[in-house]
Amino acid sequence: MSEQVFWDDINEGDSLPIISPDCSTQQLVVWAGASGDFYQIHYDIPFAQNTGLDNIIVHGALKQAFLGRLLHDWAAPDGRIEQFGCSYRGMDYPAEDMSVSGTVTAKYVEGDRHLVDVEVWTENPSGRKTTPGTARVALPTR
Amino acid sequence: MAESIITDELKSLIGVDGPESEAEVTTTGCRLFARAVGHTDLIFYDEEVAKARGYKSIVAPPGFLGTTVYKPADAERASAPPGGLNIPYKRILNGGTTYEYFESIVAGDVLTSSSHITEFQEREGSVGPMLITWRETTFRRKSDGKVVAKGSSNMINY
Repeated sequence: MSEQVFWDDINEGDSLPIISPDCSTQQLVVWAGASGDFYQIHYDIPFAQNTGLDNIIVHGALKQAFLGRLLHDWAAPDGRIEQFGCSYRGMDYPAEDMSVSGTVTAKYVEGDRHLVDVEVWTENPSGRKTTPGTARVALPTR
Repeated sequence: MAESIITDELKSLIGVDGPESEAEVTTTGCRLFARAVGHTDLIFYDEEVAKARGYKSIVAPPGFLGTTVYKPADAERASAPPGGLNIPYKRILNGGTTYEYFESIVAGDVLTSSSHITEFQEREGSVGPMLITWRETTFRRKSDGKVVAKGSSNMINY
């Protein structure tokens, strides 16, 4: 996390600081426990292969939560994520280097809320956006 | 495309709320979720820090809507992929989820939720014909009944 970002200083096209989350098998196990998602395609290689996958895959909801972390780290302490979501467009595998990024696409005011829309995504080592999404964040003003 | 698989039986499910479920937002649950995601902000871990930042207690990290209250009869469901619709496709994928927040969710909250199908879509994808089922879930804080969040998600059967 860094210093507070203010709505006034944000421009469309601004990039959020990229994060590189840990997608080790151990991390996936921690996530399984935290989320209650015990589907075996996320930790049992023979099971995953029996369903036609090459390997166990990273949980979609974990990738979404990484997007939440990207947004939180950017907007904290006083910004607030109002909405965030994504589509699961591609598989990610453990131990691959995933990066999580965002770009501001719009800046506007609604009532007393100072808002930005952000395009967010996870990206695999080949540069494919496996989890594209969007978010709306309320930011403080100077 | 072949004949529609969206039968009257499926259509009749649109808009009908499913059973209510209850999830507890606990300090331990928040910490474990935050740890699983690699969060470093202490508002997800430390009650004093969270209070100093204006929250009632440890904050639920983005995407954490509590731990569903588990009973042994739920064990079968926990080991199976989600779904349960009467459709001819065997495989299922989670297509994505969006959460909208109206209030902060903090440790100590109990959330009740129920969801309903909002739409079925049929599509011809690279993997063949698929059915996309859109659901909306409303999360209420049990103590005062306030809607704290809504989730919109879709499952893909193919």
